[in-house]
Amino acid sequence: MNKFLTSGRITKWLVSGPPFLYLTMFFLLPSIIILVASFRYPGDYGGLAPLFGGEAGRETGLTLETYKFFFSDFIYTQIFIKSFGVAMASTVICLLMAYPLALLIAHSPKKHRDFMVLLVILPFASNFLIRVYAWMIILGPQSAVSLAVNHVLGVFGVAPVPLLFSPFAVLVGMVYVHLPFMVLPLYTNLEKHDPVLLDAAQDLGANAWYRFWKVTWPLSLPGVYSGSALVFIPVLGMFAIPDILGGTGDILIGNLIKDQFLGTRDWPFGSTLSIMLTIAVLLLAGITVLISRRGVENV
Amino acid sequence: MALLEIRNVTRRFGDLIAVDNVSIDIEAGEFFTLLGPSGCGKTTLLRMIAGFDLPDGGQILLDGKDLVGTPPEKRPIHTVFQSYALFPHMTVSGNISFPLRMAGKSADEITVRVKEALEQVHLSDKGGSFPHELSGGQKQRVALARGLVNRPRLLMLDEPLGALDAKLREEMQIELITLQREVGVTFVFVTHSQAEALALSHRIAVMNAGRIEQVDVPSKIYSFPVNRFVADFIGRINMLHAEVLETRPDYLRITIPEMGEVRAPAKSGTAPGQKGFLALRPEQVRIAAKIEEVAGENHFPGKVRDLLYVGDVTTYIVDLNSGARIEALLPNSAPGRGKFFETGDRVEVAWSKDTGLFLNE
Amino acid sequence: MSKSSWLWSASVLVYAFLYVPLIIVVVYSFNDSRLNAEWVGFTLNWYRVLFHDRQMIGAAVNSLTIAIVSSLVATALGTMAGIAIHRYKPKLLPFMVITPVAMPEILLGVSLLLFFIQVMNLTLGMLSIIIAHITFCIGFVAIVVRARLAGMDESIFEAARDLGATPWQTFKLVTFPLIMPGVVAGALMSFTLSIDDFVITFFTVGVGVTTLPLQIYSMIKIAVTPEVNAVSTLLMLLTLTTIIVASKFAPDVLRGVAK
Repeated sequence: MNKFLTSGRITKWLVSGPPFLYLTMFFLLPSIIILVASFRYPGDYGGLAPLFGGEAGRETGLTLETYKFFFSDFIYTQIFIKSFGVAMASTVICLLMAYPLALLIAHSPKKHRDFMVLLVILPFASNFLIRVYAWMIILGPQSAVSLAVNHVLGVFGVAPVPLLFSPFAVLVGMVYVHLPFMVLPLYTNLEKHDPVLLDAAQDLGANAWYRFWKVTWPLSLPGVYSGSALVFIPVLGMFAIPDILGGTGDILIGNLIKDQFLGTRDWPFGSTLSIMLTIAVLLLAGITVLISRRGVENV
Repeated sequence: MALLEIRNVTRRFGDLIAVDNVSIDIEAGEFFTLLGPSGCGKTTLLRMIAGFDLPDGGQILLDGKDLVGTPPEKRPIHTVFQSYALFPHMTVSGNISFPLRMAGKSADEITVRVKEALEQVHLSDKGGSFPHELSGGQKQRVALARGLVNRPRLLMLDEPLGALDAKLREEMQIELITLQREVGVTFVFVTHSQAEALALSHRIAVMNAGRIEQVDVPSKIYSFPVNRFVADFIGRINMLHAEVLETRPDYLRITIPEMGEVRAPAKSGTAPGQKGFLALRPEQVRIAAKIEEVAGENHFPGKVRDLLYVGDVTTYIVDLNSGARIEALLPNSAPGRGKFFETGDRVEVAWSKDTGLFLNE
Repeated sequence: MSKSSWLWSASVLVYAFLYVPLIIVVVYSFNDSRLNAEWVGFTLNWYRVLFHDRQMIGAAVNSLTIAIVSSLVATALGTMAGIAIHRYKPKLLPFMVITPVAMPEILLGVSLLLFFIQVMNLTLGMLSIIIAHITFCIGFVAIVVRARLAGMDESIFEAARDLGATPWQTFKLVTFPLIMPGVVAGALMSFTLSIDDFVITFFTVGVGVTTLPLQIYSMIKIAVTPEVNAVSTLLMLLTLTTIIVASKFAPDVLRGVAK
């Protein structure tokens, strides 16, 4: 047919080919590998047992063993539930802290806004571990905060409470690290609100609280959902924060997975845990998309 | 041989036929307009001429050569886009020189031509400015200069005046006509504004739902629309339901409900019993407090129900005593006077039996 | 208005919450004491220790090398992906580009670990880390480039061809200059993400190689000294500069991050 149409097709493959191939090899394939691995037996010295062949009496091939193992001991499910709880709490706290800030930025004069947003992002620029380490300092037993808190508790006759290496520290860490992720989508959404709507509401007799609850909040829901997803999902998979700020009893899914792969080297079980985490994340992402779509219709 | 020959061009998108067997000849040097409502296919046709889309059937010939297989960059046809499409990262001069650079012209020639082009659109001092620093009208002119600078065989303009306010629009219309005449490039102008089409064009093609309804000079399109769509689309018009009673060699006897029997100019191909419309332009309807009844006119009394005063003329909407409604136009020409009649006034209307057109249903 | 003053005080508190911990880290890097407890006196000692710490310097060199290589490759691939997604609207590619970014990092880390050892039989080291970093950086660059393209008047590209430019000329003279700010911003973001990455590097690192974040991690777990504060301060300075430069190139990076 036409020369310029066929050259268009070549260009299409030239442009989308390389990233597609790269990601197929280093993302798609590994994902499939881990999915398959969750159905395999552990090797003798860790890792995975071979799929085929092997001596008689040895276990090879595919199995549901690891999945059964997961459900056999309640502690694993418990860790999942705890992780969800931590993620939920972190999300809510982030929302409460981020909302006023996002509102303020959205209502500020235009030339200040980019700068204020930059101020929110800059801490994100520092290394993740540094941000966690900072809380080790603040919540450490010798720190001003710890001493102050324990002093107050002492007044009420309560024994000193270690702030560090506790669920509290883990929560603080999670919130601290993910707060910018809640601020940005909220701000992006709030910035688009037409101020005329609030004027109209006021004109019709609504007071400040009512205006917020009936106009601003519903319109901001898509931003709330995006921000919540951006906090909830990463928190679910975190292991470094419980590892550094948490005590021995504070492990979450991420820590469990890490231990399987690098510690006990029970790779199939680690894979199973990863697959279950993946399913949880996919479900959450799916729910978020559904809710935000329906929410938009209702508004 | 016409400059551009569009022969039986069709374009389908799934079940929708966007362009339906269209054939047009566009002559060199003319200001040709494709006029029609949104969705009539004019932009699709434009894109096929420019080369961004391919016809499913038919041919497009430039100077006798089929354009199929020629990519847009090789066609000596340029387009002024509705959004102007100026390159934001290049200056005005950079934008205008772009086609010259693509054509491989020497730096010296480019400098001279760009300067000429800027003068032609009255933007000589804006060469170093960037598009975002210009007003809407200025951007429009840069887009024009850019499209004309290397003298294409054809310049296509896709609703270029749509974003401008009324006064600026009128100024640009005059500039467009002047420019086209000076430069001599063939213009193909696409618009949905019938007033614009009438004002600017040498010839107009009225399009509707993918088909060409009529191709002619503006005055013929206005005075002799071939069917109801064209009559309705162009200007204001009275469309009175009518049925043919008798066809005579020099006139038609037709009957209009709530008016009675009326005479209209003869039209071949009509037969008694045929249903249709009597199309009358409001300026063809005389209106006065009293009109002498004369044999050569259709005459009716009535009352002014409403009026549209636009400063220079007033359109009166008259309820005739017999029950029908008709519009009559009267210039407000008396000095110091606004309109001649007010709502509720008793008036008489009349039109010559040689005016009006009978159009089929 | 009381509402806005309430907003102001709440926001100031949040900003304080964000910055005070970091300020403490920086301040204590100059503290003349082993413990991060009380302020004793000003000293540059910890920085001196830092510059003589062979392992730390080695880790820094590794981090820089990895960051430079991966951000270059990721930028190239990510730009291609961003353009492809915008122009051709493919079905699978957007998913493959976004998911490594959207999913918890640990999943990517673990699946790559498995992949490298089981399938590629690759010894973990610099190469494995680089490959891993590229994988998740592609997404960021693609998002930024695509956002930039989406914000542009589409008819510009048609206009270029209409006026005589071949597809290649259109890309060279119109498309590329216009997406450049996005490309640069994406490159800088990738660089930052790579230098800072902990989780994915943790799983793909193997023995004998270490990066700056990993080195910091082992110091935190094993023996905390204010040397950690010193290296943190320097690292903050580096990424701060990079992000400020990036935001100058493309303010839409901020929105791109917000997806």
